[in-house]
Amino acid sequence: MAMLSRIAESLFWIGRYIERSDGTARILDVHLQLLLEDPWIEENLACRSLLSVMGSDVPDDGRSLTRADVLASLAVDRTHPASIAYSLGAARENARRAREIVSTELWECLNTTRARMPRKVTGEKTHEFFGWVRDRAALAVGIMESSASRDEAWHFFTLGRSIERADMTARLLATRSLTEASGPSWTTILRSCGAYEAYLRTYRGVPSARNAAEFLLLDRLFPRSILYSVTRAEQCLRDLGPRNERIGVTDSAQRLLGQIRSQLEYRPITDILQELPRHMDSVQDATSAASEAIRQRYFPTNNAPSWIGESA
Amino acid sequence: MVDLFDGYGATLTPAKRRGSSSPWDEMFPEPKSQDPVEARAAYKDIYNALARMTQEELRGRTDALASSYLAQGVTFDFAGEERPFPLDAVPRVIEQKEWVDVEAGIKQRVKALEAFLSDIYGNQVAVRDGVIPAALISSSTHFHREAAGIVSPNNVRIQVSGIDLIRDEHGDWRVLEDNVRVPSGVSYVISNRRVMAQTLPELFVSMRVRPVGDYPNKLLQALRASAPNGIDDPTVVVLTPGVYNSAYFEHTLLARLMGVELVEGRDLFCSGGKVWMRTTAGPQRVDVIYRRVDDEFIDPLQFRADSMLGSPGLLMAARLGNVTIANAVGNGVADDKLVYTYMPDLIEYYLGEKPIIKNVDTWRLEEPGALEEVLDRLDELVVKPVDGSGGKGLVVGPDASAKELETLRNRLIADPRGWIAQPVVQLSTIPTLVEDGMRPRHADLRPFAVNDGTDVWVLPGGLTRVALPEGQLVVNSSQGGGSKDTWVVGQEPLFSSNDGHNIQGLVAEQAAVTQAIPIIGHVPDHSPEDRPRNQDQAQQQQQSRAQDARPTAEGEVL
Repeated sequence: MAMLSRIAESLFWIGRYIERSDGTARILDVHLQLLLEDPWIEENLACRSLLSVMGSDVPDDGRSLTRADVLASLAVDRTHPASIAYSLGAARENARRAREIVSTELWECLNTTRARMPRKVTGEKTHEFFGWVRDRAALAVGIMESSASRDEAWHFFTLGRSIERADMTARLLATRSLTEASGPSWTTILRSCGAYEAYLRTYRGVPSARNAAEFLLLDRLFPRSILYSVTRAEQCLRDLGPRNERIGVTDSAQRLLGQIRSQLEYRPITDILQELPRHMDSVQDATSAASEAIRQRYFPTNNAPSWIGESA
Repeated sequence: MVDLFDGYGATLTPAKRRGSSSPWDEMFPEPKSQDPVEARAAYKDIYNALARMTQEELRGRTDALASSYLAQGVTFDFAGEERPFPLDAVPRVIEQKEWVDVEAGIKQRVKALEAFLSDIYGNQVAVRDGVIPAALISSSTHFHREAAGIVSPNNVRIQVSGIDLIRDEHGDWRVLEDNVRVPSGVSYVISNRRVMAQTLPELFVSMRVRPVGDYPNKLLQALRASAPNGIDDPTVVVLTPGVYNSAYFEHTLLARLMGVELVEGRDLFCSGGKVWMRTTAGPQRVDVIYRRVDDEFIDPLQFRADSMLGSPGLLMAARLGNVTIANAVGNGVADDKLVYTYMPDLIEYYLGEKPIIKNVDTWRLEEPGALEEVLDRLDELVVKPVDGSGGKGLVVGPDASAKELETLRNRLIADPRGWIAQPVVQLSTIPTLVEDGMRPRHADLRPFAVNDGTDVWVLPGGLTRVALPEGQLVVNSSQGGGSKDTWVVGQEPLFSSNDGHNIQGLVAEQAAVTQAIPIIGHVPDHSPEDRPRNQDQAQQQQQSRAQDARPTAEGEVL
């Protein structure tokens, strides 16, 4: 049974925004924590890189950035498009637009999350705050997973989550190149996406650059790896638009995701590591483009009417 | 301003004992005045940060520490009730330049202990040379003949040690006891640091605290290095007595952070002189066992036959060189408090060096005249059983009742080999938040050292334990003790010189990398309806600009 494009789009974006708030909270938590624990990291530089990795503008007025600045913009600023507060707000707005399809439980979860989003987080409460964001995201996802029918609505939601996950993990891996010389940063990176313990159990030992990157990029079983997320997104797309083509793939989102997946899956890990930022950049390119392709195919109504002057 | 420390000085000389001077205070050099203001250099930043807080505020944070521990399950069992492991909000600070000496002293001690154990379970040259009496060794409860000749290929018996230090009245470090069997507490060092950084971040600002998170890596490397010969990729396991053990949290934490299996005795079996664990894919060989089970329980074929905690045949497998048991069986002889009294001589004998950290003066009761002198002065000495650790069985003379002293007297006469006596050492004090406010409390320090056969690595810091009751000198978590995060700080932290590059270089490298690769994350995608307004505005502006431009362009065409 088909569903309204508009509703499908909302579900897609609820998935993306929930996942984004979770991913952002994880990245910030571990990196801000590291700033405290490891005295040899230069705070200003680290904060600037963090901002830039999260895709937000880095002020170039030459003043020193601190943890508090990062926190103010990426965590609680409701108007900052890369912030947690923004994502939580947008997730709730999307749920409101699709209120008739979104279950009451999920709606209440997203609604109260937005309402309880603090306007200010003090230094000692940051860890608690990020924990809260993770909890809320887990709750929202859990409600969907445990009670939503596996219909189109669920598929769009999961598709959004998977695409956002791939994007978040790519950003996270890009932060690695910021701290090339310091020892613990692979540990940090693994920890920030909850992969540390899973990694230790898989590789039984100290994170090495090669193994950790391999795990987060290419592991077929770990649900936050880029490969897993992209594969899952592809599966969602196949379930949404089953085709029996004998040749090739006509859906451009599938094609984009398939391309980036093959690139990562079949390239030697050492090659990827050498140019990690570039490859992570292309992952973000691909997810962005796939997102756009999905929009064009499934949510075409949103060709927002815009006024064109009569003279044109 | 000094609200938090009000009345600190007044109680600094608690229950002054006969014939002893007042303790060394870690934070304040002038403890006699009512309101100490001038903190020692190492504590200046901490003091200033704390002085900005009110008592209520700090109590709030302390509660947060406790509830975080409850949530994480960092608890201990208190009369059947789960209590959070007590962590005090005020850290202990040790300056790097002082730490260098402590570190060197610990390394020296561990090396001497290794040499001693290797000798005692080998040719016993030290006995032949008259450095230590044979009777002492053979009468030690923890000397196990069964362990003779069992050693890992890299000759390490003490993979992990926790040597307890105290600071005396003059501020000098002294060794209180050696723990080379299964020293515990390192998990608290790791989790204390984490929860402190999460709850009291402002204390860390401007302090360069040396991180402690490297411990599990170092331990895993040391365990792998001790694996039997010919095993390229050894399987390491942690052997725990089970969930009811008081250190179970530590066992799980270490296994988790090393990424190895946590096994109980029933998960293991020995066959053909090899050790296996039962897995879903059938038996799997085990090469290194980091055991947290005492000697007496590890192998019912060799020790207690009723033990369910070990696995029959383990010691045979170790003797055959098919498995490494870490720490080695039989290490307890080095923990014997009478052996402790010989340590300064043993360090000179084995290493040809003067001890860097001194012992506490100790009477050996079997020496002529010693027992008489000790019995005479029983009410002013501390008396300890030789095979206890962590304050078990210890009697503090000045605090004991006449009846207790009488019982003790009889026990000493009956078994002079089983006891040692020491003068009362006033352990140093550190400000600690108790019910009355910030008050001095006695503390010790257990630094942890890991020996991988090529180097002894000392964890920067260690576990500081505080005795919470006023004037209490016995510091142990099983006796109502608390703990403190321990910071090694210094402007010029010294990496061990073989690292090859210094910190400035490291920072510069980081900076260079950051500048060389401009990483611009993508601007996050947004749903068309939730696109940030300014972006819309920017687009609109572009649009209008395009519109503005168009007529001109057309004009040009025209």
